[in-house]
Amino acid sequence: MASDHDWDRATVERIATSLKATPGALMPILRQVQDELGWVPPDSIALIAGILNLSRAEVHGVASFYHDFRHHPPGRCVIQVCRAESCQAMGADGLADHIRQRLGIDFGETTRDRSFTLEPVYCLGNCACSPAVVVAGELAGRVTPDRFNRLIAKFDGSRR
Amino acid sequence: MSVRVYIPNDSGALSMGAEAVAGAVASEARRRHADVAIVRNGSRGLYWLEPMVEVATASGRVAYGPVAPADVGSLFEAGFLTGGKHRLALGATDEIPYLKRQERLTFQRVGVIDPLSLDDYLEHGGYRGLERALSLAGAQVVEEVTASGLRGRGGAGFPAGIKWKTTLQTEAKSKYVVCNADEGDSGTFADRMIMEGDPLVLIEGMTIAGIVVGASQGYIYLRSEYPHALRTLNAAIAAATARGYLGENVRGSGKRFEVEVRVGAGAYICGEETAMLESLEGRRGMVRYKPPVPAVAGLFGAPTVVNNVITLASVPLIIEKGGSFYKDFGMGRSRGTSPFQLAGNLKHPGLVEKAFGVTLGELVHEYGGGTASGRPVRAVQVGGPLGAYFPASMLEVAMDYEAVAARGGILGHGGIVVFDDSVDLARMARYAMEFCALESCGKCTPCRIGSTRGIELIDHIIGNRDRAANTALLRELCDTLTNASLCALGGLTPLPVMSALKHFPQDFGLAAERV
Repeated sequence: MASDHDWDRATVERIATSLKATPGALMPILRQVQDELGWVPPDSIALIAGILNLSRAEVHGVASFYHDFRHHPPGRCVIQVCRAESCQAMGADGLADHIRQRLGIDFGETTRDRSFTLEPVYCLGNCACSPAVVVAGELAGRVTPDRFNRLIAKFDGSRR
Repeated sequence: MSVRVYIPNDSGALSMGAEAVAGAVASEARRRHADVAIVRNGSRGLYWLEPMVEVATASGRVAYGPVAPADVGSLFEAGFLTGGKHRLALGATDEIPYLKRQERLTFQRVGVIDPLSLDDYLEHGGYRGLERALSLAGAQVVEEVTASGLRGRGGAGFPAGIKWKTTLQTEAKSKYVVCNADEGDSGTFADRMIMEGDPLVLIEGMTIAGIVVGASQGYIYLRSEYPHALRTLNAAIAAATARGYLGENVRGSGKRFEVEVRVGAGAYICGEETAMLESLEGRRGMVRYKPPVPAVAGLFGAPTVVNNVITLASVPLIIEKGGSFYKDFGMGRSRGTSPFQLAGNLKHPGLVEKAFGVTLGELVHEYGGGTASGRPVRAVQVGGPLGAYFPASMLEVAMDYEAVAARGGILGHGGIVVFDDSVDLARMARYAMEFCALESCGKCTPCRIGSTRGIELIDHIIGNRDRAANTALLRELCDTLTNASLCALGGLTPLPVMSALKHFPQDFGLAAERV
């Protein structure tokens, strides 16, 4: 898919140039690239490395270490499901099964129409309102399968 | 005069619909021409009642909850602006037993004030600690911290005064204060509540630390899962800077101290202090060998005070009231209070700040109200994903660093996750190994390789493949992890695994006597 390889070079260049003098600049740069583009394009590694005067291996090493940094563009709506203990105690495994079935994808995958990306997360700090899910950046607590269906309805568009 | 209505902006409350409730209150007030000022406070920590709406009446604050947008019309109808009766009425907030029986020191303002109002902070005792610190010599302030008995609330429980003293006494051109806000332990949310509900107390604590040890730059390493805390912290830093509480010349003292928030990227290991420093320096979050300890050579090689959010947020009160005030709370070598976070399968999950020494059973049953499912409590994990599973028969253990350790567990960051009798502890043990494999930084072999071998062994045991031999091997593997790992991730993963095996052998298909 062509869209998997297109990325906004000018944005990455602007971010890396503007932050390069910051102490420990690589993390803030990768963070902002991810926040603005939704992913850290593997092809942008060389560009960032050049601006910071680091080797490509160093930048790749950091970009690949942290779970947040995506190496593929996500779908329009990213869904994160907490899989940690507190949420497990409140039925997160069953909820995860429902979500996988509802979206027709597994964790780490994006739907074919690019509507949804499903990601696991290990604690959202909302353990007193378990199970917790993030839908397009919005945290939701005490999520049931029904509530989940309502939460994603507006992103579901033409799918169903 | 307008009536103040408090609607939390805490992410837990927001996750239960607080934003829609705030919108409904605002529009209903307009429709009725009621003079209402909505204050977006933090959460009081009574999460089963969120969104909990409070009204400042002539006789004090009264609470209603959990409020849904559909309830707002009837609340106005019932005269909630003057404390009127309603089916959601909870009475005077301070009289709610869950809150009334707590000892809120570090959390004294959380849920009470507008977190972004410096004036509100000052009115409620804020910055008195810094004022006193500025009038004392650095060594005297360190002495107060040492005298208070304050130990690291992040999990390790190391005395804060000793870290500060070491950094103070290490000569260097530049020094740093780093706040560990990478609250990655599942079942914990106290740091988040402070950062969202009273961010200035953390900033004040960091400022005191900086001025005392001679650091002019502070960093808050915040986990990326906390976007609301990020916004609140940045707004609070701006407010403090605008009024001279941060900057080139803190309160006219001639000392510079600034704070910057750095956001992590979803690596649990970065909660380990040296991995966090690596990450702040722009590298993979790989654990460092110690010594040197960060207090001597930390961030960018400079002496660095590294403390957890709760540790730093406890400092202003200690300096204001003196170390002995704080030390009077607690038991044994665990002095002061700790915010216990009640999570998992509980009727009344939330935050309970109590002096050390409260029992696990009191927290689970008297505060937590037993399970949400109504089924019996079977297991309680204390101290996050690296903490032990306690069976229901061991809930008399006192919440105190040493007492929990004596029972084979850790207090950690004070997270308590409750499971009912539907839990399968063999599966939870497997999960502990999976989590370790997923989050291992890969630097040391026991953690990197041992975690994956652990998953395989537990699968063999569950699948009844040479069960006795594989159980013996799992014990040996855990022994290696405990004794040969570089940091607490590999070193403590055996706690949930071995406690599950010890207390719940039947879940592994083992007879109790063979264990």
